[in-house]
Amino acid sequence: MAGLYKSEYKNPVVNWIDTRLPIFTMMGREYGTFPTPKNFNYFWNFGALAMITLAIMLATGIFLAMNYQPNTQMAFDSVERIMRDVNYGWLMRYVHMNGASMFFAVVYIHIFRGLYYGSYKYPRELLWMIGVVLLLLMMATAFMGYVLPWGQMSYWAATVITNLFSALPWVGHAVVTWLWGGFSVENPTLNRFYSLHYLLPFLIVGVAFLHVWALHITGSNNPLGIEPKGPQDTLPFHPYYTIKDSVGLCVYLIVFAILVFFAPNYLGHPDNYIPANPLATPAEIVPEWYFLPYYAILRSVPNKLGGVTLMFGSLLVLFVLPWLDTSPVRSCRFRPIYRQVIWLLVVAVIVLGFVGSHRPEGIWVVLGRVCTAYYFLHFLVILPVLGKLEKPLPLPESISRPVLPGGGGPIPSAATAKPMEKP
Amino acid sequence: MAEVAAAQTVAQHGQPPIVSKRDFLKLLTGSGAIIGTGALVWPFIDYMNPSKDVLALSSVEVDLTPIPAGQGITVSWRGKPVFVRHRTPEEVKKSQDTRVSDLLDPAPDSARVKPGHAPWVVVIGICTHLGCIPLGNKPTDPRGDYGGWFCPCHGSQYDTAGRVRRGPAPANLELPTYAFESDTKVKIG
Repeated sequence: MAGLYKSEYKNPVVNWIDTRLPIFTMMGREYGTFPTPKNFNYFWNFGALAMITLAIMLATGIFLAMNYQPNTQMAFDSVERIMRDVNYGWLMRYVHMNGASMFFAVVYIHIFRGLYYGSYKYPRELLWMIGVVLLLLMMATAFMGYVLPWGQMSYWAATVITNLFSALPWVGHAVVTWLWGGFSVENPTLNRFYSLHYLLPFLIVGVAFLHVWALHITGSNNPLGIEPKGPQDTLPFHPYYTIKDSVGLCVYLIVFAILVFFAPNYLGHPDNYIPANPLATPAEIVPEWYFLPYYAILRSVPNKLGGVTLMFGSLLVLFVLPWLDTSPVRSCRFRPIYRQVIWLLVVAVIVLGFVGSHRPEGIWVVLGRVCTAYYFLHFLVILPVLGKLEKPLPLPESISRPVLPGGGGPIPSAATAKPMEKP
Repeated sequence: MAEVAAAQTVAQHGQPPIVSKRDFLKLLTGSGAIIGTGALVWPFIDYMNPSKDVLALSSVEVDLTPIPAGQGITVSWRGKPVFVRHRTPEEVKKSQDTRVSDLLDPAPDSARVKPGHAPWVVVIGICTHLGCIPLGNKPTDPRGDYGGWFCPCHGSQYDTAGRVRRGPAPANLELPTYAFESDTKVKIG
């Protein structure tokens, strides 16, 4: 009986299961008593919100698939049938469609949280890199999902994005033909995009599991960016953060519902309600809002390969971010210069978003180039140099010390070593 | 906390309260959660019900003039076969004279047809045993000992009113919703 686990649950049925498969113990340890820094602010809601959005997207997506036809002759009409004839089909589609926007909004705020509070630094580098993988998977999934309704924007998005790969030297055209399964975006392309659009979310679930696993090894970062020094600095995850996440979730769902019920097409493009026409490109062709900054970077370089390289580079640079930032201090609260510089990055990305939504003419070209330059300057120059030059503010001794009189009890002597010391 | 509140109330009133404030809050939260979950789940359940375009195809009109007495036709309604049988006067008489107490699933002939249209029997052509389609519309088909329909799968027999006369089928052939639009036209569904 060496393999049996000694469960502490009193309920005989729970105990019987837990003895053989300690899933109750595991859930209790990871989501019940899991020690979590006590000083989270609402930025720490967004990981949980992303998880819930993923679940919403999976549920609505699986149901949409019951009535969608991945065939160029039927795809557009099958989506209209979902909207008009299928019971609550309009709700499923509007939730799924706006869910993509909500998902990106949540994830972008989640990423900003990581940037601002230095969540990517030791020992959370791998956690961060898995997160970047999740972002890339999400983008691929969102793009392929956008193609499925087979409207004008769907068709031309598919054409433009797959043509990015034609910039590859030598093999470009062969790769594009391979992606299409033909000599233009056609039925084979739609079929494979549908297949992959169904597959990738499950990959996202798997990678998100690794993301959470890595998080539960290192523990969460917190607004002070210093490690908890003991039990006086943490709270059990339940009920403290289950409740805090629930409050955030309520607000989030209200925003989500307002979008779905009052402005379901606000973020979309009317042209996508015109069936795909391979012989005419719409006059205004722009991606969904969450891709606009990348689109602007792509267009800011008057060279095909250069633009594509910079666009992918803007994402890949995030992988090496933990090593580009040389400052040992995590949280922006204690980095007086970086705290201001990071807002320049935010402004640059937002301006790139506006640039992406306008035709590349006049001032928009200049703005696009300046902001693209700043984006890379920020990651490749400012971060490495600033870490050496900046004099950080003194870090508090512990999470409890600055808030509680007496610092919430004595700090165990072993943990009084300098905060943020790199091994 | 509930215990503390209860203890205080006991101290004040001398007897334990039946319902504490905490119980009320738990009940309120629990029922809110259940109603909310139900409201979320219902669209998903209803999504799988027949859609409007499917429901729109759920009635068919049948012209009766080409069906000679003694024969029947099969029409498709909601993807199911429906038998429309034109009975001869002898078949009608025989069916009406059958003693209801002799039947496996008792029903008088009048309950199987529309008033004033005794020759016309409209039934769903699916054997109530395991879903096969019985034979018997054509005079050359096997019709069983009762002249109605015979199921080739397990030998169930039905009379001309679609009533089961010999097992293993447990019930009479089902009647669809239908109405006579005129003497020669019937609308099923």
